[in-house]
Amino acid sequence: MEWETVIGLEIHAQLATRSKIFSSSATAYGADPNTQANLVDLGYPGVLPVLNGAAVSMAVRFGLATGAKIARRSIFARKNYFYPDLPKGYQISQYERPVVEDGSLEVVLDDGTRKTIGITRAHLEEDAGKSLHEDFHGLSGIDLNRAGTPLLEIVSEPDMRSAKEAVAYMKKIHTLVRYLEICDGNMQEGSFRCDANVSVRRKGQAGYGTRAEIKNLNSFRYVERAINYEVDRQIELITGGGKVVQETRLYDPDRGETRSMRSKEEANDYRYFPDPDLLPLAIDEALIESVRATLPELPDEKAARFMREHELSDYDAGVLTSSREMANFYETVVQRLGGQPKLAANWVMGELSGALNRENLEIAQSRIDAEALAGLLARIVDSTISGKIAKEVFEAMWSEGASADAIIAAKGLKQITDTSAIEKAIDEVMATNPGQLAEYRSGKDKLFGFFVGQVMKATQGKANPAQLNELLKRKLAG
Amino acid sequence: MSLHTLTVAELAAGLKARRFSSLDLTLHFLGRIERLAPELNAFVTITADRALADARAADAKLARGEGGPLTGVPIAHKDIFCTDGIRTTCSSRMLDNFVAPYDATVVQRWRAAGTVLLGKTNMDEFAMGSSNETSFFGPVRNPWDLQRVPGGSSGGSAAAVAACLAPAASGTDTGGSIRQPAALTNLTGIKPTYGRVSRYGMIAFASSLDQAGVLTRSAEDAALLLQAMSGHDVRDSTCVDTPVPDYVAGLGAPLKGLRIGLLREFFDKGLDPRVEKCVRDAIEVLRREGATVTEVSLPSLPLSVPTYYVVAPAECSSNLSRFDGVRFGHRCESPRDLLDLYKRSRGEGFGAEVKRRIMTGTYVLSAGYYDAYYLQAQKVRALIAADFARAFGEVDVVIGPTAPTAAFELGAKTSDPITMYLNDIYTIGANLAGLPAISIPCGFASEGGKDLPVGLQLVGPHFGESRLLSVSHQYQLLTEWHRRVPPGYE
Repeated sequence: MEWETVIGLEIHAQLATRSKIFSSSATAYGADPNTQANLVDLGYPGVLPVLNGAAVSMAVRFGLATGAKIARRSIFARKNYFYPDLPKGYQISQYERPVVEDGSLEVVLDDGTRKTIGITRAHLEEDAGKSLHEDFHGLSGIDLNRAGTPLLEIVSEPDMRSAKEAVAYMKKIHTLVRYLEICDGNMQEGSFRCDANVSVRRKGQAGYGTRAEIKNLNSFRYVERAINYEVDRQIELITGGGKVVQETRLYDPDRGETRSMRSKEEANDYRYFPDPDLLPLAIDEALIESVRATLPELPDEKAARFMREHELSDYDAGVLTSSREMANFYETVVQRLGGQPKLAANWVMGELSGALNRENLEIAQSRIDAEALAGLLARIVDSTISGKIAKEVFEAMWSEGASADAIIAAKGLKQITDTSAIEKAIDEVMATNPGQLAEYRSGKDKLFGFFVGQVMKATQGKANPAQLNELLKRKLAG
Repeated sequence: MSLHTLTVAELAAGLKARRFSSLDLTLHFLGRIERLAPELNAFVTITADRALADARAADAKLARGEGGPLTGVPIAHKDIFCTDGIRTTCSSRMLDNFVAPYDATVVQRWRAAGTVLLGKTNMDEFAMGSSNETSFFGPVRNPWDLQRVPGGSSGGSAAAVAACLAPAASGTDTGGSIRQPAALTNLTGIKPTYGRVSRYGMIAFASSLDQAGVLTRSAEDAALLLQAMSGHDVRDSTCVDTPVPDYVAGLGAPLKGLRIGLLREFFDKGLDPRVEKCVRDAIEVLRREGATVTEVSLPSLPLSVPTYYVVAPAECSSNLSRFDGVRFGHRCESPRDLLDLYKRSRGEGFGAEVKRRIMTGTYVLSAGYYDAYYLQAQKVRALIAADFARAFGEVDVVIGPTAPTAAFELGAKTSDPITMYLNDIYTIGANLAGLPAISIPCGFASEGGKDLPVGLQLVGPHFGESRLLSVSHQYQLLTEWHRRVPPGYE
């Protein structure tokens, strides 16, 4: 039996506003509990919400970047339920009329094919506070610092057919919101998290299977694992004669499984209705155009430009545009170097990314900045050093923080380009290895590499490789 | 004439001329409150220390020749307005222990105008009621007959001003809670246009209907006090940013040429004939002065009571969710778990009428019922607003009785919520349409040897407060009804 997986994601991106969506409290992460909660956040009697315009602009930015419709009039609604970290007893969200509707995004899958994922809607809402169940000996603590933090909930169409596709889509949204500077994308701090709606059906079956919603996934790896677990669970259930029930499930990363949280029957009736404390959100052309004017070059546009102008491959362009910082780094290197995009791309994606990963650093924290890397690559281009020596210089730059030129000078790594000096070294190697020389001359071409190695060793790797090749070939031929 | 029967305008003139000080006035009113408030149960909290401090500050200002028309004038606030550092209860056990940490905008503005806060007045619990019998602190009594209700929900404010325990008091009006008590106690009560006065700091009952206003003994006083509380407030998104006209300056507008629409639906079979006679006599006074009277019909208006009792409970069920025993207000003793905390805190903290409305509201918003009730009610609400808009194409004000009867006896309607709800039948329409409306004294109906006041209601187009106030003022220049004080409180 062939099965097909159907996945839709609801991504919650915390908007990078300085103050909350309906109050003037700060949104900074990590403050002492309840120090960033004013009377509005605490839901005191008599207080009223006032919408933060910056959150609206950010939602519009997202809408424009995904080719979506921006609602000229959208409505804030109350989602009613009781929980101690929800001070008002309702969450202000958008329900029937969201601010952003009907967008889409293209993702590149592992096999290189492209797929368009529909974005049903994106709406503004406030986050709840946090319940702290540890540390209070039988009691729960409530921290309302996060209450009222602006969120953009981005709801996809059920367009994804595998966990990998879901991750590719989520990563793409992650990249996009950071490009747009509307979300810091910090998943550990909960600034970017998602719920996955997962169902399975037999291949060719019309209509969807019953779905389960997996809540609060805050890493790409968890998304992939949770979906794969859930798909297996559902298939096993159905083939065993059972039925999938519509329910909310939680992913337990320690045990690598999803667990039922509540069924549809137990689900709250949220009694949504338009919030009478807030006017309908009206967005006019002027606002949309002013936001459009500040849109940055988006990742897909940037990648297309890299392919067109720099002749990079699809893959390289995709990797280099995966974050705005990486793309800027790469472009600065190319600019300083006055060209050589392929060389720059290889180094940014190779040595630099390797070093960053090794130390778990973001590109913004790199020990070698774009100017310094361009300084190093310039020495390859002008043949001062070989690519191989350049790697050694790179490591020294990384650990010592000095410029490429300073390290080349200090370590005497300058390439030997003087023909007579290289010839001299070749002569010595030939003299000390008569046996190998004879074998080579009798047709054992493979020994060419041996002689290259010996000469490099004799010159401490500094012989210009191209010159060496040419001279060696001539000399060995006799 | 004694100090306490003077209007705010007269008190202001006396203060300015230094005929008496604010401290004199304040001590006089505090003395009356001490003597007379208990039998009326008009106050929840008396803020004597604060009043004396306010009065001294006002006198200092007046001595320097500073201050405005309200500097040194004592007032009372309905206990629905948050007052910084002062208990704010909404007459509910839920907030019996609640000391507000901030001033409502209305409180702030009256304070900035130099008024003196005498205390916080009793009300129906969370403003839900038409007789002031739902208060956790017990019913308020009508100074015209202590066996009768003063109306609600601003019953404490009405009784206090009617009995001359305060020259003026704030109120709130969600379905008639300023106008109906004003009518039942012989006061002038104005509910302005929705959005004219900030709701910030006014504990919400039904957010799309709630509006602050004032209860006074004359239209001129209403103009003075409304002026001081109106205007844009960035803390309330529904508060409108349009300039506030000079209401006092507008009081002189003549009645000649005024187009009055007699509201056919208000003169229905539920209307007490004695009330009807008073209202028709009052209209005749206006007509004689040059106003034209035509009949207008608002066919959707009879649906206002059922519409209101869907919309208001729906909003209240959500607004009152914050009273959960977690952060403020009543919390039950030793809850077993979270659900127990919610159930008992709310079960103990709210009275029967509040619970009834929370349940009704929860029901009408529930999945499967939302379309049939809430959505339908919103559609009818739009029809009612359209009816009024059409009427204001032809007339300047719409006129009728404020309430179908004069004050009824305590306990007369408590067993049947529907008959109680019908007492607001003439006032609710203005709330649903967001229109300004005023009730003014227009005569008396005799009942068991006691004279009971009757109110005349005028409804205007959006932001038509000036016209309502000037018509009322002109009427009051021609009549003496509003000058009558209940026997024993002169």
